[in-house]
Amino acid sequence: MKILKLSFIIFFIFSFNHLKANNEDLKNKITKNLRCLICQGQSVYDSDSEFANSLKVMVDKKINKGLSEKQIYSYFEDKYGEWILYDPLFNKNTYFLWLLPLLIFLTGGAIIFKKLIKKYK
Amino acid sequence: MKNKFLLPFITSIFVIVFIIFYKGLQDTNIYTPETKINNEIPSFSAKLFPSNEIISSKEIFELNKFYLLNIWSSWCVPCRQEHSFLVELKKNTNIEIIGVNYKDTRVNATNFLNEFGNPFKIIIFDQDGTKAIVWGAYGVPESFLIYNQKIIRKYLGPLDNELIEEIKLIIK
Repeated sequence: MKILKLSFIIFFIFSFNHLKANNEDLKNKITKNLRCLICQGQSVYDSDSEFANSLKVMVDKKINKGLSEKQIYSYFEDKYGEWILYDPLFNKNTYFLWLLPLLIFLTGGAIIFKKLIKKYK
Repeated sequence: MKNKFLLPFITSIFVIVFIIFYKGLQDTNIYTPETKINNEIPSFSAKLFPSNEIISSKEIFELNKFYLLNIWSSWCVPCRQEHSFLVELKKNTNIEIIGVNYKDTRVNATNFLNEFGNPFKIIIFDQDGTKAIVWGAYGVPESFLIYNQKIIRKYLGPLDNELIEEIKLIIK
């Protein structure tokens, strides 16, 4: 019985650690995608300014509250504007930005395709 | 025939790219978050300074009254400059000044208030800086003018004589 209890406790501790590590990964991922407003050009993850440190605490709190990554981004976007996110969102202002590379790629492909067809005709 | 179009084409692309980059050079690289005017004030609960009592934002801001929420800290040098203006503004009965003590220690905050005076009706103690984030602030000092549960003005940086006069005009 004692062994069973002990193994249960060990299992519990390990599973808790796992959860904590997962949260830590998520927190790092989110803070890497947030821009520090004090030392602009650095991510919140890299920065050690007062603002960035508070933001890290805030992200931690939000994760513990059970908010998803997307919800956390939209929370900060609401507070500071879209600029705080490194990845611009996909909306009507950014369609052009997101789709331009694809468009260029397709046009290039079409030109190559056309030339190849000409060559083998 | 091909070369006839190629040269103007390349030149025009070069000119367009040059204009875009040249204009980009003149733009400022420093971003300040846009101020959302007439936004509802955020709801939160916080510890008070020095009593440690927990208070919710609803208890702080009543309707039909002007409030100035000022984020300050004893280690912040510009806060020292603006503090005398806040003490002066306190004499105006139309407005209540609420302080948010940002990432400070109790001893330093108390010393600061003893030295420069206390214009605040209540002070929210924000040890980890998260309350400032709730307000969308990112540095000290920052001030928000609030009326009817709405933010009507936001001031980045220290308040000066001119801004205090502006506030006085608004709350008349």
